[in-house]
Amino acid sequence: MAEPFLAFRGAAAPLLRANIDTDTISPGSRPANSTTKSSFGERGSTTLAADLFANWRYDAEGNEDPNFVLNRAEFRNAKILLAGRNFGCGSSRESAVWMLKEWGLRCIVAPSFGEIFYGSCFKNGILPVQLDEATVERLAAEAEAGEPAALFEVDLEHDTIRTPSGERVHIELPKLRRDALLRGLDDIEQTLARDAEIARFEASASAAYPWLYAPESTR
Amino acid sequence: MSQPRTLFEKLWSRHVVADLGDGFALLYVDRHLLNDLAARGFITLEQRNLGVRRADLTFGTPDHTVATLDRADPKREDNNPYVVNFRSGARAHGIKLFDLGDAEHGIIHVIASELALALPGSTIACGDSHTCTLGAFGALAWGIGQSELVHVLATQTSVQRKPRTMRVRIDGELAPHVTPKDLILALIGHLGVAGASGYALEFAGTTIERMSMEGRLTVCNMAVELGAKFGLIAPDATTIEYLRGRAYAPAIHSYEATRDWLSLASDEGATYDAERTFDASLVQPQITWGTSPEHVIAVGGNVPAERDENAPVLAYAGLDGGAAIAGTQIDMVFIGSCTNSRISDLRSAADVARGRHVASGVTAWVVPGSQAIKDEAEREGLDRVFTDAGFRWGSPGCSMCAGAGDQMTEIAAPQTRIVSTTNRNFVGRQGPGSRTHLASPAMAAAAAVTGRICDVRELVANG
Repeated sequence: MAEPFLAFRGAAAPLLRANIDTDTISPGSRPANSTTKSSFGERGSTTLAADLFANWRYDAEGNEDPNFVLNRAEFRNAKILLAGRNFGCGSSRESAVWMLKEWGLRCIVAPSFGEIFYGSCFKNGILPVQLDEATVERLAAEAEAGEPAALFEVDLEHDTIRTPSGERVHIELPKLRRDALLRGLDDIEQTLARDAEIARFEASASAAYPWLYAPESTR
Repeated sequence: MSQPRTLFEKLWSRHVVADLGDGFALLYVDRHLLNDLAARGFITLEQRNLGVRRADLTFGTPDHTVATLDRADPKREDNNPYVVNFRSGARAHGIKLFDLGDAEHGIIHVIASELALALPGSTIACGDSHTCTLGAFGALAWGIGQSELVHVLATQTSVQRKPRTMRVRIDGELAPHVTPKDLILALIGHLGVAGASGYALEFAGTTIERMSMEGRLTVCNMAVELGAKFGLIAPDATTIEYLRGRAYAPAIHSYEATRDWLSLASDEGATYDAERTFDASLVQPQITWGTSPEHVIAVGGNVPAERDENAPVLAYAGLDGGAAIAGTQIDMVFIGSCTNSRISDLRSAADVARGRHVASGVTAWVVPGSQAIKDEAEREGLDRVFTDAGFRWGSPGCSMCAGAGDQMTEIAAPQTRIVSTTNRNFVGRQGPGSRTHLASPAMAAAAAVTGRICDVRELVANG
């Protein structure tokens, strides 16, 4: 189902503010002039990315803020986002990931992530990379300096991000997640293959805790 | 004697279907709870030709997108595609639905506790980050995204990475008019919104032990605002008393179940990866000033001085750095959400509203968390207290909390300043440009009747 995660090159957009929440990435309610009504659960809409960071990308009249990083010419085609700590905290809305992906982003680098968001990235073939704050800042400085767009290379197979100046930054992913991305494994298919183990668990758990596994209203 | 174990450790190890290595496990999900945003999940299920493994362990209710104020057609919402698709998906798979107009309808986390769908020792997954609320029962309860929701529907399991453990010991008595909401806000201010990131967070200590179940639910609700996917409180006599006689509480195995639940508490000598302490007796009524729950101060305090890094936040909030927060004029009050919409919350707000009136120019909403709470409040006459005071009295749902109520139309206009009993004050959360100040129900009611942010204790003392 999923596609293998291949090495790629692209510009990296720096957005180092800490604690960027998924409401900010994917606003639930939209500015009046928005072309879409809401991102909640609306996968596959061709206009999803239009409202990515809508409250930051546009002013009150709906005009693009030229200073917002993704509105800058050199970052419009960015494939990498360099973010601050705790990126994607807050709401579980997966539309935050869908919108980043639709925009064209394939890798997000941050010192830490909101946990639900982090898990949802893997489900959508987006690579979330955790690097220490100083390294993220160094990458951001290099991204900012590059004119025109300085290209970074993300190579998961060799566990590296190569910067425009040639620095190789080692990246580390949980093995389970790394393998699944590289091989394009589908997590539901993998779990369905464990049907017998699940059935064994169900038998032993309902014997040990019978009150949990046959919920019925007494009303 | 085996090694002492934490509450978290016990819950985790009970539910491991398979060890996937590298700290990951396939966990069994005892209860899968759905809301109307799960409608999309059913479509994916159909596209992939997958079934629901355990419809009997799956329960749903429409809460996010339903109208809570002007519900013209309370039973149906037949023009709401989220609700219609959710309803048909649930029916097609034989999933029990607590639908609009049913006596059991309400916000999913609120009814899960009222109906005892959440039980100590269980695992609970739901496509909403505030599922951590239900950890207050000593359950492992966590929020999931849409893709994981499909995984749980199809397999009744979830791949999870084992988090580290943190215990925060909270001791001391809360002062009068200081509530569990103030406590958790103050703790978030102290530890920060990433303070427990990567941890399963157990709340312990005498303050928690003495707290009501409803208070514990409020505390655990905001564990995710500390960065923790799981919040936990050990089951005790309070938990068991709360669950007794509720619709889905175990009847025939109640003795065994109770004995098991009381064995879940962390063992003496169990160790945590991190420990924190917090003094509840020092907590003052809290109010947020910015766009993150950690932007919080005591109501008697001042907004932080302007610096480079908080200047955009102050600009969005429309506040001057260094100014006193009390006295700030407000436009709106919202009392509701899975954080603070239970009967004790409504009573506490009604105590402030009784005999007073919403200030001119202020719009105030009270939205009960469930139909059962609404019915109880009406039996107690709280609805009249609110409506006599000029509040609007709504029907259960998430309403203005996430800006999704009535299909994303129950929102505030740009720059509206709202004192809200919800859990998030993010940019645009309650409508584009809206300015949210998180507070307790009593503080929100005090703001409604005075038209400004104020210390509820001063209002009550001055009559």
